[in-house]
Amino acid sequence: MVIDWAHFTPWTALAGGALIGLAASLFVVLNGRIAGISGLLGSLLQRGTDGRDEKALFLLGLLAAPLLWSLFGALPEIEFQTGWPGLVLAGLLVGLGTRYGSGCTSGHGVCGISRLSPRSLVATLAFMASGFATVFVLRHLWGG
Amino acid sequence: MRRLTALLAGLIFGLGLLLAGMSNPAKVLGFLDLGGAWDPSLALVMASAIGVALLPFTWARRQQRSLLDAPMQLPQKRELDRRLIGGSLLFGIGWGIAGICPGPALTLLLGGYWQSLLFVLAMLGGMWLFTALERRRTH
Repeated sequence: MVIDWAHFTPWTALAGGALIGLAASLFVVLNGRIAGISGLLGSLLQRGTDGRDEKALFLLGLLAAPLLWSLFGALPEIEFQTGWPGLVLAGLLVGLGTRYGSGCTSGHGVCGISRLSPRSLVATLAFMASGFATVFVLRHLWGG
Repeated sequence: MRRLTALLAGLIFGLGLLLAGMSNPAKVLGFLDLGGAWDPSLALVMASAIGVALLPFTWARRQQRSLLDAPMQLPQKRELDRRLIGGSLLFGIGWGIAGICPGPALTLLLGGYWQSLLFVLAMLGGMWLFTALERRRTH
């Protein structure tokens, strides 16, 4: 394994992670809810969901974050590496998979592991493993 | 009050994603690329988030009501079933193709990138497909 030191950003990673952890903590301690993005979004798409206003406002905050950020400085670098067919396929798989799996990086990876849920640990190991495998296949077998 | 705290939590979450580099698909793919030049940054994002959230969640697990007197709504399911594992594997494949998971997809949406708009539409389509398939299964 070769570490990419040029792109390694430990301090912003730790600070950004702390903000994510803080936000998830506030949402559970104050609102009694899990800050799982796919779960919040998915439940808003269904009928008969409770607490629509709180869920929608959390997601609105997420949408508004880059606007608030850009009041104070330039947005960090954002680079897409996937063409439109890949984006469509990826979006479909992420939407379908997170609903069947009851969560994503935030709901399982952050909130679930923080409450020591075995289900979330298994889910996190599963999506990390298939994420690593997919990039390996696409970058080193398919294109390589 | 709970509406305000929901909005605030969402904002902080989004700022965290931006600062951490999670909203940069190229950086996420650099983390997922164990076979190339590996950027371990995102492992620190997760470790840091869990480190901060561990105690608050430990507290929350033992409560019936939140501090603002809302019912504590934590998932109750325990079984490790095919849906959990199969769904998570599918999600990981999608994550590995584009380097975008649901949170960053939303933070990127108003950034003016056509890619994020397309991704979010496809993601909503996938979620809608789930709901439609579930409705069919239960009827």
